[in-house]
Amino acid sequence: MAKAIKRPRQLHQWLLIGLGIVLTTLLLVLPLILIFTQAFSGGLQLLWANLNEDFMLSAIRLTLLTTVLTVPINLAFGILLAWCVTRYDFVGRRLLVTFVEIPYATSPVVAGFCYLVVYGVEGIVGKYFYAQDIQLMFAWPGIIMVTVFVTAPYIARILMPLMEKQGTEEEIAALSLGAGGWKIFWHVTLPNIKWALLYGTVITNARAVGEFGAVAVVSGTIMNQTLTLPLLVEQLNNDYKTAAAFTAAALLACMALLTLVLKTTMEWRQQRREDAADVNAA
Amino acid sequence: MSKSLSFFRSTPVLPGFSISFGLSTLYVSLVILLPISALFIYVSGMSWSQYWFAITDARVVQSYKVTIAGAFYSTLIVSAIGFLLAWIITRYDFPGRRIIDSLVDLPFALPTSVAGITLSALFIPSGWLGRWFEVLGIKISYAFPGIVVAMIFTSLPFIVRSVQPVLEDMEAELEEAAMMLGATKWQSFWRVVLPTVLPALITGSSQAFIRSLGEFGAVIMIAGNIPYKTEVTSLMLFVRMQEYNYQAAAAIASVVLLASLVLLFLLQIVESRILKRG
Repeated sequence: MAKAIKRPRQLHQWLLIGLGIVLTTLLLVLPLILIFTQAFSGGLQLLWANLNEDFMLSAIRLTLLTTVLTVPINLAFGILLAWCVTRYDFVGRRLLVTFVEIPYATSPVVAGFCYLVVYGVEGIVGKYFYAQDIQLMFAWPGIIMVTVFVTAPYIARILMPLMEKQGTEEEIAALSLGAGGWKIFWHVTLPNIKWALLYGTVITNARAVGEFGAVAVVSGTIMNQTLTLPLLVEQLNNDYKTAAAFTAAALLACMALLTLVLKTTMEWRQQRREDAADVNAA
Repeated sequence: MSKSLSFFRSTPVLPGFSISFGLSTLYVSLVILLPISALFIYVSGMSWSQYWFAITDARVVQSYKVTIAGAFYSTLIVSAIGFLLAWIITRYDFPGRRIIDSLVDLPFALPTSVAGITLSALFIPSGWLGRWFEVLGIKISYAFPGIVVAMIFTSLPFIVRSVQPVLEDMEAELEEAAMMLGATKWQSFWRVVLPTVLPALITGSSQAFIRSLGEFGAVIMIAGNIPYKTEVTSLMLFVRMQEYNYQAAAAIASVVLLASLVLLFLLQIVESRILKRG
């Protein structure tokens, strides 16, 4: 098979490339430059002062807590679900896969509101918790619950096509050699999916850190208490504290850039793994 | 196991079915299905007239129009931009190709509120890009075009990442064969390339459209949120909630949720048809 990719030779090809580069610059590069320019616009001292404000530190802490709790939950769920739907064929398999897609298609504000209906003061489940003096909504547990919802599909979506493609031959071979379930998973499945799994973790982390709509509904926006970094960006912007807003935005943009670097590296590693597997199979 | 009524369509060989199936269904039920159904249960407690009144309020109806129009225009534009980017990334070797390939995911990794304030600052009349539109007399930030720009930004990765793998897998021979048989460049594009890529483009565009309908963070920070003019539906829901009018909020939420679920299921059906045909 001839590689489709080639050096551009004709004028129209260069024009297409030029247009693509211009669009990328306007749509993606310029916003990034603007964020950092604005964050540094008041000088380094102001930047440092803004970073050390109580509201900033508290937002960073809450955002970290959210992602540290969300990612492992969805990691475990993603692996279990992908294993379940790619290793067995049963009635309702496709339905289960479709259900997992729901958070992906649901508007985050609607998602947050649904959680409010269940776990709010008058909610079906929430009222029992309130009777025990446990506040879920407008507090940090609510923020984590909706973040778990919003980021639920990512790892499963990345793992499912990969595990489908890899098939079960190696695992069945291990089984016939007498390996148990855990042993098969650790020594056969995990090494095959490890880069995809890391990649899924990075994506889930980025979305967990950055979720806005759903968290805005259940947060109650209490300064120093229930503001995550993305909410703080909006709050400061509404208060016309532009430099501080862009300082928080710059922190999040750094996270996004790191995500892109890690994602690119991991995709490349996984691709190399698959290419090697294809060569071995041939 | 040839009985058609059996739960398993093929005999499970590997261990771990009960734990993975049990925990996944428990998780899906608790985290996804319970809150979604709770909304519909909550709404079912309202009378028809209350419900109808909440979802046909003039301001709300106007927000449906704004949202759908915004999602429609942005999907059209972003499909063209996304296709172009996917095309040059997969076809040509040029300096900066890998950087563009990585940057395409930026809107996905960047929190939507950050995207919102940044685009808004770029497109205000004194902004780096807004000043050029100001000359042309076009207002983008705090007006309808701002909503379209925000939706274009957030949905770009969906188009590129849907189309890119198909373009990568497409054999260059196919196009070359078409050219050798006397097809012009345009003919080979319209007759050979486009039909092959179309299913992926439709999938990507539908995803972009569904996401744009529900987009909140990026949109509200650039739209200006003028009642009857630049309010999107997810904002209306938020407004009703802050007025403590939970019933109206729930009614609007149910409309949005129903619309996105119907679109999701339609997309799944179309996808499985296309996959079966291919």
